[in-house]
Amino acid sequence: MNLPIALNRIRSKPWLWSFLAALLVWLATLGFTGGEGAAALTSSALSFSAFFVIVGVGQMFVITTGPGNIDLSIPANIALSAAVGMKLMDSQNSLIALGLAGVLGIGVLVGCANYGLIRLLRIPPIIATLSASFLLQSMAIAYGRSVRIAPPELFYQFSTGRWLGIPYLALAVALFTVLAGYLLTRTRYGRWTLAIGQNMRAAELAGVRVERVRWATYVLSAVFASVCGVLLAGFSGGASLSMGEEYLLASIAVVVIGGTSVAGGFSNVPGLWGAALFLYLLVSMLNTFGASAGVRLILTGVIIIAVIAAVSGRKTLRSL
Amino acid sequence: MNAPQPMTLKKPPAANTVDRAAGGVNRARWLRNALPGISLVVLLATIFIMQPRAMSYMGMNLMLNLAVPIALATIAQMLIITVNDLDLSLGSFISFVACVAATLLNDHPLLGCLVLLGCIGVYALLGALIHSRRLPAIVVTLGMSFIWVGGAVLLLPAPGGSAPQWLQALVKIKTPVLPFAIVVCVVLAVAVHLFLMRSRFGVVLRGAGGNPLAMAKAGWSLLRIKVTLYALAGGFGVLSGLFLVGLTTSADANMALRYTLLSIAGVILGGGEFTGGRVSPIGAVLGALTLVLAGSLLSFIRISPDWQIGAQGAILILVLALRTAVNRLEVRPV
Repeated sequence: MNLPIALNRIRSKPWLWSFLAALLVWLATLGFTGGEGAAALTSSALSFSAFFVIVGVGQMFVITTGPGNIDLSIPANIALSAAVGMKLMDSQNSLIALGLAGVLGIGVLVGCANYGLIRLLRIPPIIATLSASFLLQSMAIAYGRSVRIAPPELFYQFSTGRWLGIPYLALAVALFTVLAGYLLTRTRYGRWTLAIGQNMRAAELAGVRVERVRWATYVLSAVFASVCGVLLAGFSGGASLSMGEEYLLASIAVVVIGGTSVAGGFSNVPGLWGAALFLYLLVSMLNTFGASAGVRLILTGVIIIAVIAAVSGRKTLRSL
Repeated sequence: MNAPQPMTLKKPPAANTVDRAAGGVNRARWLRNALPGISLVVLLATIFIMQPRAMSYMGMNLMLNLAVPIALATIAQMLIITVNDLDLSLGSFISFVACVAATLLNDHPLLGCLVLLGCIGVYALLGALIHSRRLPAIVVTLGMSFIWVGGAVLLLPAPGGSAPQWLQALVKIKTPVLPFAIVVCVVLAVAVHLFLMRSRFGVVLRGAGGNPLAMAKAGWSLLRIKVTLYALAGGFGVLSGLFLVGLTTSADANMALRYTLLSIAGVILGGGEFTGGRVSPIGAVLGALTLVLAGSLLSFIRISPDWQIGAQGAILILVLALRTAVNRLEVRPV
């Protein structure tokens, strides 16, 4: 008789599924290799997932604010921030702080620009962030054309270093997700974001400063994308123009597979980690099985569609 | 609620018989509908002033040749936007079609045709899946984009292949007076306009975007409407891919990825909106042409091609700002 209650409890924690899926894929991969390379696989999965999670948190806050809210400027922002960050740091340890400050500044500016377009032109966020991303992409191309600049030694060590096999980056991002979870569920900003996503009109009547919250959300998303960009540049030993490309799809996929409602108003942070680990482990599992790039992509797509078809209940509001 | 917008670029008649407020509304609506056309004309005029030699059969042909696949892609995206959905897989789908055309269609024409028909079938199925399971189209098409790229990579691991001869000949037809690209764009815009804006069935299709509940209550099957629109979008996507590969003669799995964002921008530039089934086929084609010409303009005023994408973004922002200004003029009927 306890089964329905247990089922309900599981259903109220949608993020469990993504961790379960990640675990299954992890076991399948290790089963295939006979347990070989478990530590290396886990460690690299944590590193790569950390990047997905950083942008995922920003995208999640944006998606939370309701249907039609999505940040398409993330990839261009990553490319620009990586280029600017590497140029400011100029491979010198003493300039790391300057580089980080510059990158944060870019994030704030991009976020304000995105929100400004949405507010001033009264256009859907998709179009606003899309046009902003066209401009950012051009800036990144024009600015980042120069020679590849290596990251400062200290920054490189932080981005790639490990403690007991756990990447520093994963530890930092884990701490960051705890803070993000606190922000979403315990602070006024987070509660207001959820309220806006559930019913913007009702939230406004209840005294929520809707426009201020939306502004903060777009700034947060842009800042996280910028931080991801500069860390990615440190991790891969320099900035490149195409480094942000996969993060548009990844940021949305991580949010959705993680159990956040695409219609907004219902979000959860832990699911981001589960989904990011799942996506990375899936690709490495298919790699281990010797699948070609084409098969890998097709299976990734099939799984994204299967997951969304499975988790989308009847209660989902119509989104875009 | 969702009356068809008059898309003719003529001034609405009998403005003096209605009162002044309605006159203001009409003028604003006229301006808004004319905006895509006006922006294109301004852009063309600038290009012709900068480089008078562009104003020839040859010049127009060169500038607009690659516009046709983008215009077709924009129409496909517009059909999806009609029911308030968004297709994030369109660019990868068009790349996939191009790869099929450069490999299967060339070597085994029958099999190639079957695969392309199958693609349209997949789009129809997507429409059914999205409707019946109430899935967010963004995420489903996001997943599809992986599948199309994967298929394209399987067919063509490295850029190459060769478009069928008949296809290459078809896209290089020399029409009298006007370049082929312009003829195709005009025919495309008028045909889709007549179908979607003027025919009875077109009104039903747009109605499903404006007020799905009302359409369902009136006895129309929303499932059938969505399947129809998705299948049509798939069809235009196939045409876009074929035309593209005919022009480039060989294919690459990533060749059309940027069409996804370009097509969305084209629809919006042409006056379409994300909700309420408010779209405009003529506007969408004009929007696509504007985006293509924005790139050409830069090369005429000798700005580095680095800024080509940026110029498209800037034009998008500019036109949307103008539209907002026009909307402010309008006395909104509640």
